[in-house]
Amino acid sequence: MGSLPLTPERILAPAPRGRVRVFWKRLRSGDEVAHLITGVFAAAIFLIAAWVVAELWRGSALPRHQFGWHFLFSRTWDPVSGAFGALPFIYGTVVTSALALLVAVPLGVGAAIFLSELAPAGLSQALTFLIELLAAVPSVIFGLLGIFILVPLLRSYGEPFLKSTLGFLPLFQGPAYGVGFLAAGLLLAIMIIPFIISISRQVLLAVPREQREAALALGATLWESTWKVVVPYARKGILGSVFLGLARALGETMAVTMVIGNDPKISASLLAPGYSIAAVIANEFAEATGDLYLQSLIELGLVLFVLTIIINALARVLVLTTAGRGTEHP
Amino acid sequence: MKERRWRRRVINVVMLSLTGACALVSVSVLVLILGYLFWHGGRYLNWAFLTQLPKPVGEPGGGMANAIVGSGRLLLVASLTGVPVGFMGGVYLSEFGGRTVPFLVRYAADLLNGVPSIIMGIFAYTVVVIPMHHFSALAGGLALGAMLIPIVVRSTEEFLRAVPQPLREGALALGASQWKTVATVVVPTAFQGIATGILLSLARVAGETAPLLFTSFNNRFWSSGWDQPVASLPVMIYTYAISPYDDWHRQAWAAGLILLLLVLVANVGARLILSRRAAVRG
Repeated sequence: MGSLPLTPERILAPAPRGRVRVFWKRLRSGDEVAHLITGVFAAAIFLIAAWVVAELWRGSALPRHQFGWHFLFSRTWDPVSGAFGALPFIYGTVVTSALALLVAVPLGVGAAIFLSELAPAGLSQALTFLIELLAAVPSVIFGLLGIFILVPLLRSYGEPFLKSTLGFLPLFQGPAYGVGFLAAGLLLAIMIIPFIISISRQVLLAVPREQREAALALGATLWESTWKVVVPYARKGILGSVFLGLARALGETMAVTMVIGNDPKISASLLAPGYSIAAVIANEFAEATGDLYLQSLIELGLVLFVLTIIINALARVLVLTTAGRGTEHP
Repeated sequence: MKERRWRRRVINVVMLSLTGACALVSVSVLVLILGYLFWHGGRYLNWAFLTQLPKPVGEPGGGMANAIVGSGRLLLVASLTGVPVGFMGGVYLSEFGGRTVPFLVRYAADLLNGVPSIIMGIFAYTVVVIPMHHFSALAGGLALGAMLIPIVVRSTEEFLRAVPQPLREGALALGASQWKTVATVVVPTAFQGIATGILLSLARVAGETAPLLFTSFNNRFWSSGWDQPVASLPVMIYTYAISPYDDWHRQAWAAGLILLLLVLVANVGARLILSRRAAVRG
């Protein structure tokens, strides 16, 4: 039965025999039917989620039995000889996402601080509106811009510059192709910045005014009050926004596929082409021949799924504990 | 002492201007992206692009009429499947739910929402494409529909919860049954918000490419039926962008502009409606 407000039946109904009578009354008035119908749809949502997990599990049975845990640690991906290992893709996914965070977190948090603490309300709202529109741009469009703007720029200016200044590091060695981990990481950074800004700003705005006033009254400068009082107060929520950005970066497919270079190799250099989990599924799934090949791709999907679920759960916990508003409503 | 104060002031100004610079960089990226796309895509956009089929490789010209219609068809399937489930689920969560079931359903919706879109493609592939033995508009539409569900559930539930409790109590006090209250008072009150939420969710899945790559696949001609592969704007953009032909690149830009316009118009429109609602309610 619903937890809904006191219906007249509930107030008037005498317990315990009344329960049955209330049920009959609700059945006749159609309430139980409505309850049942909407409940079936709600249950369908749960079932679909379970179904997705089941399909991923069932669909990857062959490689799971054949390779076991070795699947995760093998670096060979050779469809011709039937050897499948996920390591190059996991590596590519992790490296590009880490690079994206490295760029996006300082920029995003900085911008969020500006929008919540400094900018006048009108300006802040206008800029937030623009930034949230950026979050709505489809990823294939970012990929388009990546291929035709970011990659040529990196090839002719960015990567030669990095090689001449930081070339002694193994991170920036090898030929400058343009496509590669660096291009994918930067493009991902642009894509997740809106998420980090928008959520961090909300969390920062939720910090009580008194916290700021107390710090200012003690003689702190605006920056000191922000950095030593407001940001620490909101740190869990900011971390949550970072995790949400990370989850999106991990699962991002199109933009990465278009600029990462699609080469299943593990290279220390960020300039080298690589591959990511989502990209290999996007590229090879439709052409995969043979059950083992197809199922190995599905197992890669399973790996990606588990990764994003964990990161998303962490993000949710962090954002909720700070914002203080649960998904559960009273 | 004086020097210390001076140093604190300098740090204050420097750091605050740095945050301003961060905001400036982030926003200017957006403006650059949109500006470039409008400038570049606008040059290649013409009437033929909107009304003609793609030309064979090597022949310049042609358009993407089939992809525009195809995207519309995919969205139709998606909304026919995803919106009812999401809407009814949202009504259940807000109006009829108890304790345990809603918790599970919300958790499942969050989970679905966090699933990378490519995985929805795998799901639709194993569930629809494999049994049917070929790529189809139906499979692509269902993949998008599954992605719609969690977004619609969430927004529906939120807008229903925002309906003031006294409205429900008033209807109940007049003797209406609970479902009648929900159907004639609660849902109509929240209708504008719910519709806006659905519009936003459609705008989001309209740009999805990954779940379509191996479900609805692609098609250079008009698709003959729901069980046939169908072209869509995002997949066309992807295929044309990674192709080696300059003419295809130009068409990819034009298609990108159309897709972006659709998404932005839906988003801006939805936000305007929502902010006006908020303003009216004060």
